[in-house]
Parts: sequence; structure tokens; C-alpha cells
Amino acid sequence: MRRRFLSSGLHLAGLLAVAVFTLFPFYWMVSSSLKDQIDLLASPPVWTFAPTLSNYAEIFQDEKVVNAVVNSLIVASCTTLLSLVLGTPAAYALARFEFRGKADLWFWFISNRMISPIVLALPVYLLAQQLRLLDTYLVLVLIYLTFCLPISVWICTDQFRSIPPELAEAARLEGADQLFIFRRIYLPLGLPGIAVSAIFSFIFSWNELLYALVLTRRTASTAPVVATSYMTGYELPWGKIMATGTVIVLPVTIFALLVSRHMVRGLTMGATK
Amino acid sequence: MSGSGEAGRGQGAAAAPAAAAVGPGGPSRLAHGKWTPLFFLAPAVTALLVIGVYPTLFALVTSFRQYNLTRSRDGFPFVGLENYQHVLTDGTFWQTLGRTGVFFLTVMPAQLLLGIVIALLLHRPGWGFMRAAARVSLVVPLATTYAVVGLIGRLIFNRDFGVANQFASWLGQPAQDWLGSQGGAFLAIALMDVWQWTPFCALIFLSGLSMVPVEVEESARLETGSYFRLLRHVQLPYLLPGLTAVLILRSADVLKLFDMIFTMTRGGPGAATELISIYIQRVGFRVFDMGTASAQAILLLALTIVLSRLYIRVLYREID
Repeated sequence: MRRRFLSSGLHLAGLLAVAVFTLFPFYWMVSSSLKDQIDLLASPPVWTFAPTLSNYAEIFQDEKVVNAVVNSLIVASCTTLLSLVLGTPAAYALARFEFRGKADLWFWFISNRMISPIVLALPVYLLAQQLRLLDTYLVLVLIYLTFCLPISVWICTDQFRSIPPELAEAARLEGADQLFIFRRIYLPLGLPGIAVSAIFSFIFSWNELLYALVLTRRTASTAPVVATSYMTGYELPWGKIMATGTVIVLPVTIFALLVSRHMVRGLTMGATK
Repeated sequence: MSGSGEAGRGQGAAAAPAAAAVGPGGPSRLAHGKWTPLFFLAPAVTALLVIGVYPTLFALVTSFRQYNLTRSRDGFPFVGLENYQHVLTDGTFWQTLGRTGVFFLTVMPAQLLLGIVIALLLHRPGWGFMRAAARVSLVVPLATTYAVVGLIGRLIFNRDFGVANQFASWLGQPAQDWLGSQGGAFLAIALMDVWQWTPFCALIFLSGLSMVPVEVEESARLETGSYFRLLRHVQLPYLLPGLTAVLILRSADVLKLFDMIFTMTRGGPGAATELISIYIQRVGFRVFDMGTASAQAILLLALTIVLSRLYIRVLYREID
């Protein structure tokens, strides 16, 4: 009895340690964003302090930061929308039909998950320069599709496969064509999967730095680029940096919590359920 | 597979007069012919060809040219395999690959071990609410913007007012100049990577553990008092597919790793934290030697393709 009590206590301590381990850097970012410069530079760091919102007031008056957040919103939303518009029909075909080369096509979609962004960043920079597309939303949206589209296709295919084929058969006997079946049966019934893939597309494009760093200058630069741009000079404005970081991370964290059950599937492209 | 049989019948339908299929949604040409999959696939495939494959081919062509942006007046003449020769005989390239390998071997054991421990803690019955809360908290590191992880790391590991040195002093260790020393900076980026990706391993192992049939686990628990025997003979077989997935995906991720290191150390001090993606970015966008950088990128791509073939071969066997 005593041993069970002990092991149960250890279990609780372990679970608490997990929560502290995973949340500490996040907590440290948020609490630092609420410190004034004196508390921030205190050595050793202070754990209790009078919180202030002055860092947030400062970044929301900074046109550069506000613009960058708006840019991020525009780019991530457009990427999400486009990856659904292109991805759901492809998922429908992969879920419902047998055709030659299907497995190869499927693998090709999946292997995009592995490719290092630097491989595409070099040629896309040169091409965008030639086409005068540098520093535009369009080039970012297009390049973000290279990783959002495969994820959307994968998750939606999985979802569409779980829709009973009898429904489509019945609709066909009633004379419905494929476009009708796709739009009126698969899209509504596949909505949960479509929502999950939308959230993943949004998170991944919102979080991206490398492409945004090399493909934008000023007008189209996104929030992670601006957060990184403080990193010059000796005296760093840590309060502003952490406030910007919080503004960037908070929305995607909330989104991620909404899809936490699907996190593993999204990150592995479903190799493990 | 739910769609099987569709193709065979689809061909029959194409032979039959298409007029039979006038649905309320659209014209009859979208009936059930053998071109239907193509119609639905074409937009996505075209998009990926244009934005993914075409730039890759462009990089391949660039890798055979002398393509230095600072000397664009000379033009970009073809130089054959010279860039590849240059890269493969370049000590820095191999050192960077080696460093990337060392990084993988540093973070992976920690992530696997912590991942298994966390998965077992979360799988064990009891403390329902706390377990659910801990499971949800695992999502936070995974969603955190990689660039911001680097910024947080830079604050935590600051020499003067970083909290890492405070922790060290509690353990009776002297303060370190983490990001100013070669070993310290390498360790610091490794620790941030362990923080961010341990939850990934934990969640995969957790889903492996939940695949063990409940009756099997229960009866094994009754039969043996030894916790480790249960782990080894009953649970471990269910963890192995996840382990393979983790190893392959994480090695691809380490080859991709850029954002966090870039904001935290920019590859420094010296080249102490310059992993492969950071290095190629420097050659391409700070030295502006696009030809050499493209050759390096193509070699990296080859490595990645091997990894993804491996991944598919090992983990998607049932599809073939």
C-alpha cells in the first residue's frame, strides 16, 4: 500500500516536471515581455516584479511591427486558402479513384515534407529577382505552398477515405456527377479534416523565417523577420523583442491547442496514427 | 481502400453514353470517365511542378555555372562540374556536415530517452486531469515559431542576465558565457532543440503505447510484477515503428534546421553552430556565390531524397 502511494506520488511529480519543462521557455518569454528594462537586465534575473504593458504599447506604435503582423496574416491566410482550393480536389482523387502511378504520386507529395527550404530558397530568389517578384506577397504565398499543399493533401485524403463510398454510389445512381459528389458530399462531410489542414497550413506559413528572410526586404516582410531584425547592435531591446515574440507565438499556440489531437499526424504525415 | 473498383466501373461509364449522368451540379463531361482523377489532380500537381520542381531544376542548372552575384558583370558561364569538385574537396563543407552529424547525435539520445519517459508517464493510469494537462502542454513547444525559440534561447543563455546561469548557480556551477564560447553555444542550441522536439518524440511514443491492446497489457501486468519486463516484452514492439519514424524525420529536420540557429547564434561564434542549412545560406546570401551554394544544395537534396525513400519504404509498406 505504501509503495503504491509512493509510486503514485512520483507519477504526479513526473507529470508536473513535464508541464514545467514544456512551458518554462514560453513562460519566460511572456514574463520578460511584461518587465521594464531595469527588471529585464537584473542580474541574477528577478522572478517577481511589477508587470507593465509598456513594451506592448511600444511595439503596437511601431509601424514596422504592425505592418509585419498584418503581412504575416495576409500571407498565411492566402496560403491556407490556396492550399485548400488546390489540395482538396487532389485529396478527393487520391481517396476515391484507382489509377496508374497513384503510389508514386502519393510518395512525391509526401517527400516534399523532407526537403530543406534552403534548396528552394536559392533558385527561387534568383527567379523572383528576374521576374521582379522579390518583396511581394505572391512569391511568399507560392513558395509556402510547397510545404502547405502536401500537408493539406495528406490530411484531407485521410479524412475523405473515412467517408463511406456508398454515399457517393447512391448519389451516382441518382445521376450526380463527380463534381457534385465532391462539392456536396465530400467537402461537407470532410470538414473536420479540412479544418485541421487549414490550421496546419496557417501555423507552418505563419512560423516560417528562411524564405521570408531572403525573399522580402521591407514592404512584404513578415513578423518573424521583424522579430529577428532587432538583433543588431549591442544593447538589445529585450522587452520589445519578447513582446513581439509573444504576439507572434500566441495565436499559433491557440490554433495548435485546437488541433493538439492531430499534431502527430500532421508532423509525420500520418506514418504513425 | 475505399475508392477501389471505381476505376473499373468508371471506364464502363465512359463507354456508355455520358448523357446518363446529368447531375444538378454540372455538365455531363464530368461524369465518371478515366480522366476524372486527372481533372481533380491537375491543379495541385501543376502547382507543385511550377513552384517545387522547376526551381529545383533551375538550381541544378545554376550548380553547373559560375554564378557569383558580386561579379555579375562577368556573366554566368557554364563551368561543368567545377562547383561540385570545389565543394567535395572543400574541408569546410565536410566539417559542416560532420558538425550537423554531431548535433544529431547530441540531441537525439536526449530526445528519445526523455520522449519515452514522458510517454510512459502520460500512458500510466491515474491523475487524469494532470495527465491531460501535461499532454496538452506538449503541443506548446511544437507550435512555437522556430525563430522565436532562438530569440528566447538568446535571452535564457545570456551571459549577464540569463536565467540559465541562475540555474547553474543554484546547482553550484560557475556562470558561463554560453553564447560566447564554442562549446557553450553548441550546447545551448542543442538544449533549445531538445526542448522543442522532445514533445514530438513523446507524442509519437505515446500513440505507440496506446496501440497495445488493453487486455494484453492488463494480463501482462497481472502476470509479471516487473515493470521493465512489461516494457520490454509487451510495449517495446509497439514503440519500434514510431522510433523509425522519429529517427528518419528528425534527421531530415536537422538537415533543415535554420530559423532557430539563425536567430540565436547566426552560426557563431566562429563556425561553432554552423549546421548545413546555415552554411549554405551564408555561401549563397552573404558570400553571394550562388553557383557553389546551389551545388551544395543539390548534394543536400540528394541526401534528403535518400532519407525520404527510406522513410517511405519503411513506413508506408502497406500501400504497395
